[in-house]
Amino acid sequence: MTTDQPILEVRGLQKQYGRHVALAGIDLKIAAGELVFVIGPSGSGKSTLLRCLNRLEEPDHGQILFEGQDMSGKKNDLNLLRQRVGMVFQAFNLYPHLTALGNVTLAVRKVLRKSREAADAIGLAALRQVGLVEKAGSYPNELSGGQQQRVGIARALALEPKVVLFDEPTSALDPELVRSVLEVMRDLKRAGMTMVVVSHEMKFAREAADRVIFMAEGAIVEQGPPEEIFSHAREPRTRAFLSQVGA
Amino acid sequence: MDGGAAFVDAFFKPALIARYAPEIVSGVGQTILIASTIVLTGLVLGVTLALIRSLRLPIATVMIVIFADVLRAVPPLVFVLLVYFGLPNVGVTLSAFAVLWLVLSLVLAAFVEEIVWAGITSVAKGQWDAARSTGLNFATTLRDVILPQALRLSIPPLTSRTIAITKNTALGSVIGVPEILNQATSAVSFSGNATPLMMGAIAYVVLFLPVVIFGRWVETRFAWRRA
Ligand SMILES: Nc1ncnc2c1ncn2[C@@H]1O[C@H](COP(=O)(O)OP(=O)(O)OP(=O)(O)O)[C@@H](O)[C@H]1O
Ligand SMILES: [Mg+2]
Repeated sequence: MTTDQPILEVRGLQKQYGRHVALAGIDLKIAAGELVFVIGPSGSGKSTLLRCLNRLEEPDHGQILFEGQDMSGKKNDLNLLRQRVGMVFQAFNLYPHLTALGNVTLAVRKVLRKSREAADAIGLAALRQVGLVEKAGSYPNELSGGQQQRVGIARALALEPKVVLFDEPTSALDPELVRSVLEVMRDLKRAGMTMVVVSHEMKFAREAADRVIFMAEGAIVEQGPPEEIFSHAREPRTRAFLSQVGA
Repeated sequence: MDGGAAFVDAFFKPALIARYAPEIVSGVGQTILIASTIVLTGLVLGVTLALIRSLRLPIATVMIVIFADVLRAVPPLVFVLLVYFGLPNVGVTLSAFAVLWLVLSLVLAAFVEEIVWAGITSVAKGQWDAARSTGLNFATTLRDVILPQALRLSIPPLTSRTIAITKNTALGSVIGVPEILNQATSAVSFSGNATPLMMGAIAYVVLFLPVVIFGRWVETRFAWRRA
């Protein structure tokens, strides 16, 4: 067992857009099974960090290690990293021309190279996991926002990733639909999935997160267990942010 | 002779209809043949160019943009004449049919490239993110995620543009392709009567009306998908 080795680690991660520094050198270790919750003001680099973690965004400097293996080189198999590190988006980004099952199975067929039958079985299992197996044949525009986001989660899960990144998964949802998505995330956590979650659902963070990271201006300002961050933050910036969002 | 009889005599003279029906029918055959080869070539080439452009290679992009802009800017008749009368001077002789096919295929390809490229760029960026985040490579993302949506957006303009270009097969009459208009005009000059031209017009209606109706159906069928 390699219990001390982080499943995902970044060292000195930097990213600039023109002259604007989005990430100013991030060091982060994520343990297997951990739920890391990332908060911070708008523009602090939360999305950029997540997008760098599966290299949807190419960092300028720094290393990304998956299970100790450097994944940041140009010649590395990007698609392998992405298959291990799934992503769920604020805007769901479902494929509108495919059914829920089609959304979930596309990469299973094309990346894992499964037959259609095998992919459908995997896809239905993933949809069952998010409670939507009866919607397998529905198109995204026939689903509620909460259902669409659960299909988005199923799409990530179908590849059996080791880590799932969530970028504000409930921000685009009406309040009454948020619960169903958080429920799925809670189940995932219970099943031992490693998760990095950017979200404003502070209540969810308190009950489900192992660690809360506060970011500002492209850097990690403070991190710790939720009760410590939410009730005894040391940094004035953290406290100011938390009182602003009413946590 | 009253007005009605004179009208019939000028445009629908039964003897001439019988006399020139075989020519018009063979013209219809030529028009169908050349129009369908143009549609096939133009669509395949245009989509291919749009796909090449999506690689965003600077040199390829510049060449495609120049190609598309020039072919869309100049009236097709100019190219037809230029190629038909110009190429023999440099030792290349193409049949009239080949010239018409080549020019109109390239013109259609230019429009198709622009339409499909516009479709590709209007697919939301999040679609690329989602596909790439699941490990799909560039080619698979383009083929299975982006292109189906881009083509759906492109179908209405593609349909109307394709109809417009295929009607340009009538330009073949200028260089002697025996299509509908050519058959009709030469019959007119032999007979000194407009009846063969009217037959040609009716032949165009019979040929293109179903296509236009199909185009309208396609437009309404796919328009709502834009949302
Ligand atoms: N593609 C881009 N081009 C230029 N600047 C960008 C790009 N993406 C992000 N930025 C900038 O980088 C900074 C960090 O953006 P990022 O999206 O990571 O912030 P965030 O913490 O996720 O904010 P929010 O809470 O609003 O989602 C911002 O100032 C943003 O304007
Ligand atoms: Mg963000």
